[in-house]
Amino acid sequence: MNDFQKNNGDDNIVVINLEHIGMIYKTGIINYEALKDINLTIYKGEFFSIMGASGSGKSTLMNILGCLDKPTSGKYFLEGMDVSKLDKDLLAEIRNKKIGFVFQGFNLIQRLSVIENVELPLFYAGIPHKEAVIEAKDALRLVDIAENKENNFPNQISGGEQQRVAIARAIVHNASIIMADEPTGNLDSVRSSELMSFFKKINEERNVTIILVTHEPVVAAFAKKHIIVKDGHIVND
Amino acid sequence: MKFPILLDIQSAFKTFTRNKARSFLTTLGIIIGVASVIATVSIGQGASASVQDAINALGSNLLIILPGSSNLGGVQTGFGELNTMTLSDAKAIRKLPAVKTDSANIRMTEQVIWRGNNWGTSVMGTSSTFPIIKNWPVTNGEFFDPQQNSTAANVAVIGTTVATQLFGLMNPVGHIILIHNVPFKIIGELKAIGFNAFGQDQDDIVVIPITTMMEKVAGITWVNIIMVSAKSKQDTALAQNQITALLRQRHHIPPHKPNDFYVRNLTQIAQTAGSSAQIFTILLAAVAAVSLLVGGIGIMNIMLVSVTERTKEIGIRMAVGAKKNDILKQFLIESSVLSLFGGILGIGLGIGISDLISIITPLKTILTIEPIIISIIFSVGVGVFFGFYPAYKASNLNPVEALRYE
Ligand SMILES: Nc1ncnc2c1ncn2[C@@H]1O[C@H](COP(=O)(O)OP(=O)(O)O)[C@@H](O)[C@H]1O
Ligand SMILES: [Mg+2]
Repeated sequence: MNDFQKNNGDDNIVVINLEHIGMIYKTGIINYEALKDINLTIYKGEFFSIMGASGSGKSTLMNILGCLDKPTSGKYFLEGMDVSKLDKDLLAEIRNKKIGFVFQGFNLIQRLSVIENVELPLFYAGIPHKEAVIEAKDALRLVDIAENKENNFPNQISGGEQQRVAIARAIVHNASIIMADEPTGNLDSVRSSELMSFFKKINEERNVTIILVTHEPVVAAFAKKHIIVKDGHIVND
Repeated sequence: MKFPILLDIQSAFKTFTRNKARSFLTTLGIIIGVASVIATVSIGQGASASVQDAINALGSNLLIILPGSSNLGGVQTGFGELNTMTLSDAKAIRKLPAVKTDSANIRMTEQVIWRGNNWGTSVMGTSSTFPIIKNWPVTNGEFFDPQQNSTAANVAVIGTTVATQLFGLMNPVGHIILIHNVPFKIIGELKAIGFNAFGQDQDDIVVIPITTMMEKVAGITWVNIIMVSAKSKQDTALAQNQITALLRQRHHIPPHKPNDFYVRNLTQIAQTAGSSAQIFTILLAAVAAVSLLVGGIGIMNIMLVSVTERTKEIGIRMAVGAKKNDILKQFLIESSVLSLFGGILGIGLGIGISDLISIITPLKTILTIEPIIISIIFSVGVGVFFGFYPAYKASNLNPVEALRYE
C-alpha cells in the first residue's frame, strides 16, 4: 500500500485507493507502458499534490483518478467502489456526482454564459433548472463573482474571474474531490497563488479532497501531502 | 430524459443565433427543397382542380367528333383541317338512338362583323338548353328560346370577349352583327367565365340556334367540330360506336382503312388530363424532394464541422458528467431544430411562390394543409437522419482526447 503519513485528512476515511494500477498505451505496433504498478491511498480532506518531470505519467494517472480513462490493469476503488471496470456512462455519472475538475486554461464553454457554465454539471445530473440556478448562484457567490456578471460570456470577464468561474463549476454539485491537472500552467505568480488560496479555502472550509498535478514547487507547497511520479512509478518524496 | 427537452432546444437556438449567416446558409438547401415541394404540389393540385372544373363545365356524356385520322398514341395530324365532315353528317348523327336529339353543337370559326369592326371567333350552333346544360347563364339580355331555335331565327348570344372586341364598352344587346354575311340580332351576352384548363378563352364565342347554323350559316358544307351528348352516361360508349359506324358508312370507308374522323369522349380526355396532371405533380414533387435530400447532406456537412469545432466543448461536457446519450441528443436536436427552422422558412417561401404564380400566370394554385404537415415532418426527419452520424461521432469521442483538442 502507500508509505505516506496521513497529515491533514480526517476520520481516516479512504476516498481513493489504487491497487497495482498499470496503464499501457497502444500506439500502432509499440505499446507504451505509461504507468507501472501504482499503489496509492488518498484520505478524505487531503490536499494532495502529484509532481514529476514532463512525460513521467502525471496526466495519465490524473485521468485515471478522474475517471476520464480506464487503467489497463489493477483496481481503482473510489469511495469503496471498484470503478476500474465501469463503462463510459457509469464513469460519466461518477464524474458528475463526485469529481470536480479545474483544467489548465479553465475550459469554460465560450458559447455559454458564466452561469450556464456553472449550471452544466447540475444539468447533466437532471436537477431542475430553477434549483440549478439557485445552486449556481450560490457557487458563484462563494468565489466572489459579482451577480451582474452571471450572464456575461467567458470572453467578457477577466482571466482571474474565469478561473474562479471554473472553480465554481467544479464545486457546484458538491463534489467531494477536486482534481486539477497543472491548473497554474498558464498563470502568472499572482494569479497562481490566488487560485491556490481558493483551493486551500475550499479544502479547509468544505473538507473537499484536492488532488493537484504540478511541476512547480511553489504551487505544490500549498498541498499538505506530495508524491512524485517518475517513469510511471511513484517515488518517495 | 430527466431534464426538459426545452432546455436543449433553447440551447440549440442559442447556438444558431450566434452564427446566423452560417445557420441560414446551412438550411438553404432545406428551405429551397421544402419551398419547391410546396409550390409544385400547389400547382399540381390547382391543375387537377382546373381539370375537374373542366369536366364539370363540359357537362356529362359529351362526345366530340373531329375530322382527321388518329394515330396510335392519340396524336393526330391535321387536327380540324381535313374537310371530311359535313353538316349532313352532323344532322345524321343527331338522329342516332343513343344521341340526345337537342344536344348537338356545331362549331365553326367565322369572321363576325359590326360596322367597321370585325373579329374572328368561334360560332357555335346549339340548342336553347345550352345555358342549363353548360351551367353558363346569360347576364345581359336573354338566351334564345325553343321557338327561335325551331324557326331558325337570326339571333345570337355573344361571349364577353366578342362583346369587348366589337363594341368596346357599349351594350351589344339589340345590335345587328354579320356572321358569314348573314345578319344576326344580338339578344344576350353570356357571363364571363375566363380560360379553361386547356388555356382557351371560353368567352371568345358567339352562340346561335343550331337550326339557323345549319340552314343559314352553312354556306360551307364542311364542319370542323361536332359536339353531341349521349342520352345518358351509360350510353356514352354506345353512342361512340354508333357515331363511328354511321360516319364510316357515310364516308364509304372500307373495313381495312382507318377512320377519317375522330370520336372522343371528353370526360375521358379530361380524366386522362387529370391523372397526367397528378403524375406530373408527383414527378415534380419527387425532384423537389431530391433537393431536400441534398439539403440534408448540407446539414450533415455543417454538423460534422460543428462537431470538430466543438470537440473541446464536448470533452468539457463529458468531464462534468454528460453521457453518450446526452451528447447524441444535443447534436440531434441541433440538427433537427436547424432543419425544422429551414422547413418553416421553406413553407413560407413556398406559399409565397405559389401565390405569386397564381397572380402572374394563368395557372391556378391550391394550397392544402397536407403538403405543409408532410414538409414539416420531412424536414425534421432529414435533420434527425442526417444529424445522426455527426451526433454519433460526437457522442463516441474519448473524453481525454476531446479535452486535449485545441
Ligand atoms: N494517448 C496516448 N497514447 C500514447 N501515448 C501516450 C498517450 N498519452 C500519454 N502518452 C505517453 O505517456 C507518457 C506519459 O504522459 P503524461 O501522463 O501525459 O505525462 P505528464 O503529464 O507527466 O507530462 C508520455 O510519454 C506520453 O507520450
Ligand atoms: Mg501532463
